[in-house]
Amino acid sequence: MSILLNKDSKILVHGMTGAQGSFHSRLCLEYGCNIVAGMTPGKGGTRHFDIPVFNTVKEAVRETGADTSLIFVPPPFAADSILEAAEAGIKLIICITEGIPVLDMARVKKRLRFLELEGRGVTLVGPNCPGVITPGECKAGIMPGYIHKKGHVGIVSRSGTLTYEAVWQLTSQGLGQSTVVGIGGDPVQGMNFVDVLKMFEADQDTSAVVMIGEIGGSAEEDAARFIKARMTKPVFSFIAGRTAPPGRRMGHAGAIVEGASGTHASKVEALENAGVTVVENLSLMGETVAAGLKPKAKAGKKS
Amino acid sequence: MKLLEYEGKDIFAAYKIPIQRRYGVIRIGDSAENVKLDGNGPWVVKAQVLTGGRGKAGGVKIARTKEEAHTYIKNMLGMKIVTHQTHGAALTVEEVLVEAACAPEREIYISVVLDRKEAAPMIIASAEGGMSIEELARTRPECIIRMPVDLDAGLPDFQARELAFALKIPKKNFCDFTALAKALARVFLDYDASLVEINPLAITSDGELVAVDAKIVTDDNALFRHKDLEAKPDHESSEIEKEAKAVGINYIGLDGSIGCMVNGAGLAMATLDTVRLAGGSAANFLDVGGGANVEQITKAFQIILKDAKVKAVLVNIFGGIMKCDNIANGIVEATKKARLQVPLIVRLEGTNVKEGKAILKDSGLKLEQADSLWEAAQKAVKAAN
Repeated sequence: MSILLNKDSKILVHGMTGAQGSFHSRLCLEYGCNIVAGMTPGKGGTRHFDIPVFNTVKEAVRETGADTSLIFVPPPFAADSILEAAEAGIKLIICITEGIPVLDMARVKKRLRFLELEGRGVTLVGPNCPGVITPGECKAGIMPGYIHKKGHVGIVSRSGTLTYEAVWQLTSQGLGQSTVVGIGGDPVQGMNFVDVLKMFEADQDTSAVVMIGEIGGSAEEDAARFIKARMTKPVFSFIAGRTAPPGRRMGHAGAIVEGASGTHASKVEALENAGVTVVENLSLMGETVAAGLKPKAKAGKKS
Repeated sequence: MKLLEYEGKDIFAAYKIPIQRRYGVIRIGDSAENVKLDGNGPWVVKAQVLTGGRGKAGGVKIARTKEEAHTYIKNMLGMKIVTHQTHGAALTVEEVLVEAACAPEREIYISVVLDRKEAAPMIIASAEGGMSIEELARTRPECIIRMPVDLDAGLPDFQARELAFALKIPKKNFCDFTALAKALARVFLDYDASLVEINPLAITSDGELVAVDAKIVTDDNALFRHKDLEAKPDHESSEIEKEAKAVGINYIGLDGSIGCMVNGAGLAMATLDTVRLAGGSAANFLDVGGGANVEQITKAFQIILKDAKVKAVLVNIFGGIMKCDNIANGIVEATKKARLQVPLIVRLEGTNVKEGKAILKDSGLKLEQADSLWEAAQKAVKAAN
């Protein structure tokens, strides 16, 4: 078991024939990911990596049964690509593209809410994210596959390389991952921390969760409320941006402290109040999780 | 992108949002005498800087006579402004705006922001204008009115009326206000803004509705469809930040002594935090991007070294798709090209890390390597002191 992705996921890559899409599709294929189709308007009927390319998502879904979209389309067209996937009946949409206008994403969210009311709900991950990986089964994204190891720690994060750092530390400690979800660094996004935490809490294969947040917005505070009320599994966290100057956008469009909201202090306080182990020194993430999970493992053996 | 007050008011004027009569915008090097001040005044001279609280810092002056106005203009141009919002930094006043002063009888706060949770624009308003909304939210949150704006329809009439009633707008100004609220929502949508704020919106002693200030922040990601905004000068970034942006590097200058080069925004932020934890402070935030190649790394070194405060450089790169041996070759070549003189601390991790470390070790370059970010930060702090 895992969340979102598994070896049976049938992936459709939007923009597979472009430079980014092509490069990362190859790496996903090498990892063993089941890419069934590509989509590039105007290139329908051709093949790329011996995989059929279609003009529209509708055709791709009809011909191949694709159920998951992986989007590498440039920012001005990416929101439209998400909508095309949603309308065509794709169930999970993972959007890697960085730099989509916020109001475009707001319009996408509005449409997705409407589809949900109609009973045609979809799950969106991203944009501006590294994607999703279920180690050993399926990689749909731009993360380096080899740093991961199959196991039982679920990871959810707003950042790319920061996630790799955490994954690598866990793997080095011998701790594998159930699924790693990059929810992205944009202010308006698909799944948020709470959505992913709910899935990890319900997933039998996940025994602990690492949540990597950063300054800006209130997603970590919302997650803290959820953790306090509902989570039974241990949660470990790191929040980046403790020393970031207020009012400046720190690389990610969503990483900005505005007024009193979104500060590092308020997030850490909320998480600690919810019983989350917040790691102050990133380099100690792996050790902290390993140490935190040890007593439980022993207790498990005794009983 | 953050717009100056007069740039924001230009947009307001185009949307028929009432503003004060403008006498001119004077830049450094212009003669104050060139401003034609007709009528009897008073006039208001306002420093055009991107910060709140400039009034208290001497950046807003009311002139009773023409001579007084000219003196204020002269004194204000080139002046340094430090406010509670500039975090110790001084902003130089390069432009001043001269307008007819107005006598507000009532001050209202109104803005449109993006509500991240709702993923929709939201009007935030209060009958208590003048002070900062953050302060109002802290002291009297019950005075704040929120009203969602539809992404396509904007603010419909009934909502504009609800807002006007809630703010107790006088009958005389009622229709002007509802038109203004609708126009403000339209500005937000049309310009891909993340903030459009009028603080204060005044009802003057003459019974007129006037936007006394204008604050507009737009979404950088949407600049491709706003050629007019793209053409405007960037008032927020420093010279080094502008150079970095031009070569596709995300750089923000800070006040410490350790130059940082990292791949990825989240890891870059975490690197600054770790440097602080080790007792030092970073000179910059710098994200070289995912595909850190020789050219990018060279440019990044050159940009970091433009800051004279830099006493050591810390490179923290997680080689994922880009392999560590390639990155190490890039660092060696870039260090030579950029003629690095200060101590260099490198922490590589990821694919082919052994090969990468060996390349750095055998390069003959004077640099220190670290296995973890924590170790690298400690070494960098030591080297910078």
